[in-house]
Amino acid sequence: MPLSNRIKNQHLLWRSAFGPMAENVAELDTLSQKQLWGLLVKTSSSSPVKIDVVQNLVDGFFKGVKDVVEMQKKEIDAAKRKKIREQSREDLKNLNIRWLDEMINSEAQLREKVALFWHGHFACRVVNSFFQQELLDVVRANALGSFKDLLRGVSKSAAMLQFLNNQQNKKQHPNENFAREVMELFTLGRGNYTENDIKEAARAFTGWGYNVGGDFVFRKNQHDTGTKTVLGKTGNFDGDDIIDILLEQKKTALFITKKIYKFFVNENIDAEKVDWLGNRFFQSGYNIKNLLEDIFISDWFYAEKNIGTKIKSPIELLAGIRRFLPMQMNNDQAQLLFQRTLGQVLFYPPNVAGWPGDKNWIDSTTLMLRLRIPQILTANEVLNIRPKDDDDVMMGQMIEAKIKKIKEATKGGIGVVDWGLVNKVYASTSRENLLAKISETLLQTKNKLNITVLGKHINNESRENYIKSAIVNTMSTPEYQLC
Amino acid sequence: MVIKRKQFLQIGSLATASFMLPKFLKAFEKPAIVPPGNKVVIVIQFSGGNDGLNTVIPVRNDIYYKERPRIGIAKDKSLLLTDEVGLNPALEAFKGLYDEGNLSILNSVGYPNPDRSHFRSMDIWHTASESSEYLNTGWIGRYLDAQCKGCDKPTLALEVDDVLSLALKGEQNKALAFKDPKRLFTSSNEKFYKDLNASHVKSEESIDYLYKTMSETLSSADYIYQQSKLHPTNQTYPSTALGKDLKTIASLILSDINTKVYYVSLGSFDTHINQEVTQKRLFTELNDAVKAFTTDLKKNNRFEDVLMMTFSEFGRRVAQNASGGTDHGTANNMFFIGGGLKQKGVINALPDLADLNEGDLKYNVDFKNVYATVLNKWLGADDKMILGNKFEKLNFI
Repeated sequence: MPLSNRIKNQHLLWRSAFGPMAENVAELDTLSQKQLWGLLVKTSSSSPVKIDVVQNLVDGFFKGVKDVVEMQKKEIDAAKRKKIREQSREDLKNLNIRWLDEMINSEAQLREKVALFWHGHFACRVVNSFFQQELLDVVRANALGSFKDLLRGVSKSAAMLQFLNNQQNKKQHPNENFAREVMELFTLGRGNYTENDIKEAARAFTGWGYNVGGDFVFRKNQHDTGTKTVLGKTGNFDGDDIIDILLEQKKTALFITKKIYKFFVNENIDAEKVDWLGNRFFQSGYNIKNLLEDIFISDWFYAEKNIGTKIKSPIELLAGIRRFLPMQMNNDQAQLLFQRTLGQVLFYPPNVAGWPGDKNWIDSTTLMLRLRIPQILTANEVLNIRPKDDDDVMMGQMIEAKIKKIKEATKGGIGVVDWGLVNKVYASTSRENLLAKISETLLQTKNKLNITVLGKHINNESRENYIKSAIVNTMSTPEYQLC
Repeated sequence: MVIKRKQFLQIGSLATASFMLPKFLKAFEKPAIVPPGNKVVIVIQFSGGNDGLNTVIPVRNDIYYKERPRIGIAKDKSLLLTDEVGLNPALEAFKGLYDEGNLSILNSVGYPNPDRSHFRSMDIWHTASESSEYLNTGWIGRYLDAQCKGCDKPTLALEVDDVLSLALKGEQNKALAFKDPKRLFTSSNEKFYKDLNASHVKSEESIDYLYKTMSETLSSADYIYQQSKLHPTNQTYPSTALGKDLKTIASLILSDINTKVYYVSLGSFDTHINQEVTQKRLFTELNDAVKAFTTDLKKNNRFEDVLMMTFSEFGRRVAQNASGGTDHGTANNMFFIGGGLKQKGVINALPDLADLNEGDLKYNVDFKNVYATVLNKWLGADDKMILGNKFEKLNFI
């Protein structure tokens, strides 16, 4: 059976954005994919407004101190340090919720989705919320621009320099962590450099650091000015030179393209396509938008094997539900709890390699919770689950406070849905066609849900209840986990 | 038998199902204690970085008391095992196990280039990776992959928790996590899921994977719940979280479930501030739960088949900090408990406090040697394949 225009449009929306909205249901039958792509590009074309919820607290505590080393030496009592950390953790929650809201409500859907990809690619796990906020800004601002600018911006961010220990990378005591991860995870990928390349590149990065204000600083007296040889090139390189050298390698373009293909198209690589895309990406001077356009306006992107076969990440799942249903959220804690129990908390990637994704999202617990989330969000079902402690975050937080927070988070009735609006969307659909219609607006999989089975579990009392329970039940299926 | 049971359990509750059983099958259903020799491992994770030096105390070491003037535990307060070694005063049952020859202590366990982030170091322990390497599967998960080709239930390893740890996630197989068998049963016993499951027709790979996971969860939930009721233990357990968890585990060990590995966590041991109070509270919970559990298993003649092991993502610094606590450190000790230990008591030297690495203990034993030992000697598995490398085996079992 040929794929319907609707399924193709929904495919584009799920992959390049956070899925369709109920309000769009009617238009998706008629728009062409190119028109829709044009719309997505247009709505993401202006530079994003910075998400600005965090103050640089640390700056306040260390007034006048500009050097981090000096700051560490400066005696502050444990209570103050603790206060900074606690505030930082709270700030990170706000940053999380604010960005999630942006993913759902912003018209710059494409930008936020691509930013989420880069957030996982440039995975950074530091508690300093101000640094994290600045890094997010770099990622969102450059998400669709040039990968060159993005890489340089990220590499010079205080968050990444701190996370990868470059502050400790000094002429006398080189620390290779930063150089290693930049090559292994951000640009070339494993197998395309030698241990010696890392050693030499680390020397070039000596002196790259940041101050308490979160600004990049080059500490000249810690920089190794000797000659280095990296990937066959020899010179008195500094960090910027190394980034140039890495970008000159076509391997970098291919590595990034492969990762983009896996995220936006299919976990299973089509080597020929990736090669073609990667070459064009390299020739374009690393233009990210062009690369995505090559993907999203191609015919093969809409091939059956690429549709409805990708396991949604927890963020894609949560954002997708909220994006489809017009919903007022009453409980921020619950949204954080979902992220924790499903294994993806924004700003807390597991390590510098980012979230592994795909089948790694799924085990018995996460799958059964995923199936219950639509109920928990829209009805009064209570979330009876406790996430694991995160000691990097908790720092031995008092248990009572912790339990209280979890109790707050697990109250039912987390979201209030405007079902009136949803009903209007389906107003022209007859009762006997409703289930099929709802199913084709929500599900992308090739195999369709058995309508008879679904019908058995639907509330028949009124048309409103019918639509409501049909949507919630359709979202509570394994099929809905895929896009 | 297990396969048969799955089929009829899906028809309805156990009560109705057992009436439908042919007689010859019913015979097997009798509460038959699993024959001795079905060895199981129970991993107790101390989350947060337990302070090993105040757990196994070097009571004759001047450096220890010099570095810890406020929080060091005096010799006469500790539970003395030997002239040199005392246990934390809250671990009275551990002292008892030591006296019986059912406890081993392995000191200075760690790994090269230790990481001091809780999350990262825990990942290293869970995945059994090098500290420069990122793996997406855990050592018990890969054990499942190796043992469980074609298994119909992921019950070979179980975690008593709401969320599954990385340690128990394999490439093809993942263990199952649940806090309470009954809750697992009721939450997955929804007709909607069962109907969906029954109506699914094999299709594309991703959707089949999801249905396979759902189907295994539903049948395992039934299976675990029924098993947990077979031999309700009459031993009294403390009503703490760990007490309940170990009671659940005991009831499953005494059933005829096929589980080989149980996993449970206790914490948080992240004692930057007022360490004594926190560690005492957690160790009391540990002590009382382990006491009930070991008593229970001895009574039921299963203690020889059980190996309990404890670990933490790192130990703590030798020197105390200014807040009556300790900061993140490196190497640490592990406890092994069971009736089948071959090396008993303190099986290697206490850490050398005069030979530190920037204030931290140096490791002597790589934890991967411990894993290799447990996998090979206790579980009879191919440790080299599971760990991706050959690690020398130790002799405590």
